[in-house]
Amino acid sequence: MSPDPLEGLKERFTELDWHLSHGQEVVRVEREQLLEFATAAQEAGFDMLADVTAVDWYRSREPRFDVVINLLSMSHRARLRILVGLARDDTVVPSLVPLWPGANFAEREVFDFFGIVFEGHPDLTRILMPDDWDGFPLRKDYDTGAVPVQFKASHKVS
Amino acid sequence: MTDKGTIEPDPSLPVEELDLWVSGTEDSEWDIYPTDEGAQTMQTEETEFRFREQRGTVVTADEGDEYDFDDGFVDDERMIVNMGPQHPSTHGVLRLQLELEGEIIRRTKAIIGYLHTGMEKTAEGLTFMQGPTNVTRMDYLAPLHNELCFSLAVERLLDIEVPPRAEAIRILMTELNRISSHLVAMATNGMDIGALSIMTYGFRDREQILEFFEKTTGLRLNHNYIRPGGVAADLAAGWRADVNEICDNITSRLHDYDDMLQENPIWTGRTRGIGVISADECRAYGITGPTLRSAGVAWDLRKAFPYSGIEKYEFDVPVGERGDVYDRYRVRVEEITQSVRIVRQVAEAMPKGDYRVDDRKITPPPRHRIDESMEALIHHFKIFTEGFRVPPGETYVAVESPRGELGCYLISDGSGKPWRMHTRAPSFYNLQALPMMMADTVIADTVATIASLDPVMGDVDR
Repeated sequence: MSPDPLEGLKERFTELDWHLSHGQEVVRVEREQLLEFATAAQEAGFDMLADVTAVDWYRSREPRFDVVINLLSMSHRARLRILVGLARDDTVVPSLVPLWPGANFAEREVFDFFGIVFEGHPDLTRILMPDDWDGFPLRKDYDTGAVPVQFKASHKVS
Repeated sequence: MTDKGTIEPDPSLPVEELDLWVSGTEDSEWDIYPTDEGAQTMQTEETEFRFREQRGTVVTADEGDEYDFDDGFVDDERMIVNMGPQHPSTHGVLRLQLELEGEIIRRTKAIIGYLHTGMEKTAEGLTFMQGPTNVTRMDYLAPLHNELCFSLAVERLLDIEVPPRAEAIRILMTELNRISSHLVAMATNGMDIGALSIMTYGFRDREQILEFFEKTTGLRLNHNYIRPGGVAADLAAGWRADVNEICDNITSRLHDYDDMLQENPIWTGRTRGIGVISADECRAYGITGPTLRSAGVAWDLRKAFPYSGIEKYEFDVPVGERGDVYDRYRVRVEEITQSVRIVRQVAEAMPKGDYRVDDRKITPPPRHRIDESMEALIHHFKIFTEGFRVPPGETYVAVESPRGELGCYLISDGSGKPWRMHTRAPSFYNLQALPMMMADTVIADTVATIASLDPVMGDVDR
């Protein structure tokens, strides 16, 4: 068994903010460094991209968005979580589809719900919401209140 | 941070100019857009990556692909057809676009979202106490796994341990749930291929398990039984006899089903060598569960990252060799056998004690205490009106659901409701396997392939 993939990554990226969250390894990476870090993580043995999601810290933190990437190493039984902060007026982050093709659906989902653009994604369209939907529902300033139902003929019914 | 530990909005941060529509800010006229599904439609001319993805050759790109959409194509021979969303064999509302050349499928595109109900947004409006009622509706064939995953995440943020009896009940219920889910997978797989007898048998045996669930939790589906802090109620009287009867029944009947299917030339002819996927493709696409194991990877979260004390019980992880429909069927049958093994061990060694944590801030007091104690009444009222507060933090918890890695990413801001709850749905990722499985197979095998993947659209769309 090859050495722990986290050790090598920690040595190589010492300047990053590594911390434990309830026993899980978390690292905060700058957007510009994400592709370099993700490539290194894949080479170190994180062979599966478990999940991509995002968090909206509206009016609570700066920067406003966190993109959360959960990596899994099946050969080493290890997990690693990458957080990438994004400002509200510049929600662009490099896509991980070239490294893990399975990021495709997950990144489309994040785009759909948060309006975060994944640069280099081959097919960045809405996935769960209708194509013509307005707004990004999982943002905190998107109200859960009364949303008019977007049926084509709804305005004709009185 | 305030003294209560919650994250309060920072007044110095701006209220942002909204560049998107929010209810209450709209003009009186609501714009009706025409439905435009152009972005979702499979195009005859695609960009290279999208083409390779719909062809299922992203991972195997270097090995060369003789099929080329520019080259030597007679347009009359090519046809793009829609399958679903209203199609009985798509297991709900899955829509597939298939590019056909005669009877051969060349490209596949899965279009989802027809069952989207915004459960992750809903979760932000429910307390941690109410959370399981929401997540249990996601994967409706394995509701207890959803509840377990959410509850484990909340408990990790609370930093509490549940009593041994609660853990054992959780394992008992989720493993029974795995059996019932795999029985449905086997039944619907047979039904789609035309083996209708196995459909009736599979649902008959599942019924027995659902009856036990109803006796224990009060409901056949959407139990809201596993909750943060333990389980909702103790096992009903006579549970051990019921469980033993279920185990005996399933074991003996599985032999019958093996006699019926395993060497059946029609069944093997329709399933062997169909819908093949390799281990590398599974890793690249995040495909987990029986699909990954059928490709020969012995990966099971119950072994890799044990939860709820499942490491105390003996069981094996069955794997396949070829990664085809037949292997996925065999892996599920073997997993039923292993789950029966676990259930028997749990029933044998069920610990005595409380079935939830004895912390009145997290779990409600016993019913009889409410009549006697003012304090118990207050606790009961507080828990059911405003719930309990969870310290700020974030965590990701994954359990092995019948479909693969079911994860829950949970963030608390210190209040009684989650700041963010995200579910990593196994079916959502597994669906990306369809183009790889279906390229260059005949259209008659499509239904067998979809059924062997066992997608639950409630899980995909959430």
